[in-house]
Amino acid sequence: MYLYIVAGLALVVSLAFSREKTIRSVKIAARRFIKIFPAFLIMITLVSIVLYLVPDELISRYLGSDSKFAAMAVGALLGSVTYMPGFIAFPLAGILLQKGVAYMVIAAFSTTLMMVGVLTAPIEKAYFGLKVTIIRNVIGFFIALAVAVVMGFFFGEICQ
Amino acid sequence: MKRSTLSKILLIASYFIFIGVSWLMGFNPGQQIGQNFVVFFVDMLKILPGAFILIGLFEVWVKRETVERHLGEESGFRGYLWMILLGSTAVGGLYLAFPVAYTLYSKGARLSVIFTYLGAAAICRLPMTIFEASFLGIKFTAIRWLVSLPLVIITSILLGNYLTRRGYRVEAGK
Repeated sequence: MYLYIVAGLALVVSLAFSREKTIRSVKIAARRFIKIFPAFLIMITLVSIVLYLVPDELISRYLGSDSKFAAMAVGALLGSVTYMPGFIAFPLAGILLQKGVAYMVIAAFSTTLMMVGVLTAPIEKAYFGLKVTIIRNVIGFFIALAVAVVMGFFFGEICQ
Repeated sequence: MKRSTLSKILLIASYFIFIGVSWLMGFNPGQQIGQNFVVFFVDMLKILPGAFILIGLFEVWVKRETVERHLGEESGFRGYLWMILLGSTAVGGLYLAFPVAYTLYSKGARLSVIFTYLGAAAICRLPMTIFEASFLGIKFTAIRWLVSLPLVIITSILLGNYLTRRGYRVEAGK
């Protein structure tokens, strides 16, 4: 909501200074939006299918595995190929924690969820090209694994 | 029309036909997928217009020299700090960071700074961080920030420098 307050205020201030420039910015906004809209459409389509195929129960079943490193790897993969907004992801992470899933597994899942986007790749590719999209996502994946391992040390899950 | 464009249109069209038929026939998986689509579509429509208005205003009002001075080749480490600040106020998902990153780039921000922005928008968003800390604890959030943020900056510098050497350019929406 605060986004629209900021955008509205910015528009008013802009109008006060220059009508012509404001019209130009709205035109640019519309043009940019229309240009990238197909990529957004493809992304939501993918998200809607993947969210159906990977429901919450499946996630908690796979992440609760006894081998922490295997669960961490699965968590990182699941986090990479799914997309969910924070208001779904963190309550889910909280539930996983209560079910006894290790911190390092949750870290791998939630960090790849944030940094790696297989489903947002259509949009990223439109701007950055396929090669850079792949490189950036692979880097994000390994950063997530690093976070997970450090998390494992600090929560005493790797060396007891 | 390019072949890839045509196949995309066909894919999207068959997706909607599938959803439509599922609703008519009462095919449950199709109905649920359709419901997911509506939820995310509405979610995104709530954010995108406002964000793109801000992008348009930024494009018209902010001078290229200003962006270059703070985020360009000469900006040094300050550029990264700016991006962490900007990234932590980001809204929406990563999907919104790409158009913003492109706008900054087209105004003269250097590549390593852009990649830092993408990383920061993914991991530093404040509303999300508060949410995370309340569900998983402050220790969890603190470790995640302290480990991921330096790595994001270092890898952004490496990737940015590598691509700059190779003469890489970010293309607009295609």
